[in-house]
Amino acid sequence: MSGLAHIIETEGVATTLISLVREHTAKIRPPRALWVPFPFGRPFGIANDAAFQTRVLKAALRLLEQAQGPILEDYGEEAPLPADHGGWLCPVSFADVEADGDLATALAAEMRLMTPWHDRAVARRGRTIVGALGRPIEDVARFLLSQLDGPPVPPPPGMTATDAVIFATEDLKAFYFEAATAQPGYVTGDDLAKWLYAETAAGRLLTALQARS
Amino acid sequence: MVRLVDLSEAERTALLNLPCSTFSTTPWVEGLPLRERRVAVISTAGLHTRGDRRFGSDSADYRIIPGDVGANDLVTSHIAAEFDRTAFQDDVNVVLPLDRLCELATKDEIGSVADFHYSFMGATAPEAMAPAARHLAGLLKKDRVDAALLVPV
Repeated sequence: MSGLAHIIETEGVATTLISLVREHTAKIRPPRALWVPFPFGRPFGIANDAAFQTRVLKAALRLLEQAQGPILEDYGEEAPLPADHGGWLCPVSFADVEADGDLATALAAEMRLMTPWHDRAVARRGRTIVGALGRPIEDVARFLLSQLDGPPVPPPPGMTATDAVIFATEDLKAFYFEAATAQPGYVTGDDLAKWLYAETAAGRLLTALQARS
Repeated sequence: MVRLVDLSEAERTALLNLPCSTFSTTPWVEGLPLRERRVAVISTAGLHTRGDRRFGSDSADYRIIPGDVGANDLVTSHIAAEFDRTAFQDDVNVVLPLDRLCELATKDEIGSVADFHYSFMGATAPEAMAPAARHLAGLLKKDRVDAALLVPV
């Protein structure tokens, strides 16, 4: 990111950037950078908090009015967890899904239970980020299962098998995470990842694929 | 949700030891006051519109994101599994703050928001992105952009 800033500013466009890894930014020395103490994946700190995001944005843009550089400024405000964080429970119960049964059957049963919640999540947010593989979620699951048990379903045209597995993995995770967070309330990425890998057939599938790679 | 300080020592050391480009010069472009600037966002989150070409492991080019893109038309094909997508899933603006920029423009705190924004896929080596970045700078100037906000993920 800092290297891109060098190149674009050299071509005549003023830049300012958000830095998530201060040490890298200090080495590369882009013209203007604001280091923020937020987790990776959240450069503006908190989802659905417009006031917080605006404060970060304005701090980064204000660097454009400095007289000289390079500038590496530290943003002082942490992104706290909301007060209602804690005790998250997935709204879907998999009590009737046989955990020790056939993985494909268990996954299909799970996904049937998740689908109404995913529909609800899409309706609430007006969007889904499922779509990296560009296939319906049932095909995504079928594709991943085939990589484990064969014969492997080929990747979409123009996509390597490795990239397709990555995109399908992210689509399956996004489907589960979106469904699991259909109810209002705060849940961290860590909570979701622990739930997915410890309690779901999807997690068992992804763990098995990772062990194969 | 992982910050650098939350990584294991081995992961943190590996990340910090990644090779960084060095530059012999420090470019510096003077500009208008912020309230007169036209701002574009350049993300490295591997974002693109739903129907656009996905990124791949070695993608060094960028995708164009129209300024009026709908939230449901925006997806990511970043190849890094470490990229926590749950915040992006919840709110585009935590990664690509187009709504926040439009609000600043409405309040005349910036001049305007560019018609187009751009995304690279940040797992690619920065040197490989250089030709596309130079080309992109030309597009920014054609769009009268005089402030580029670069956002990692």
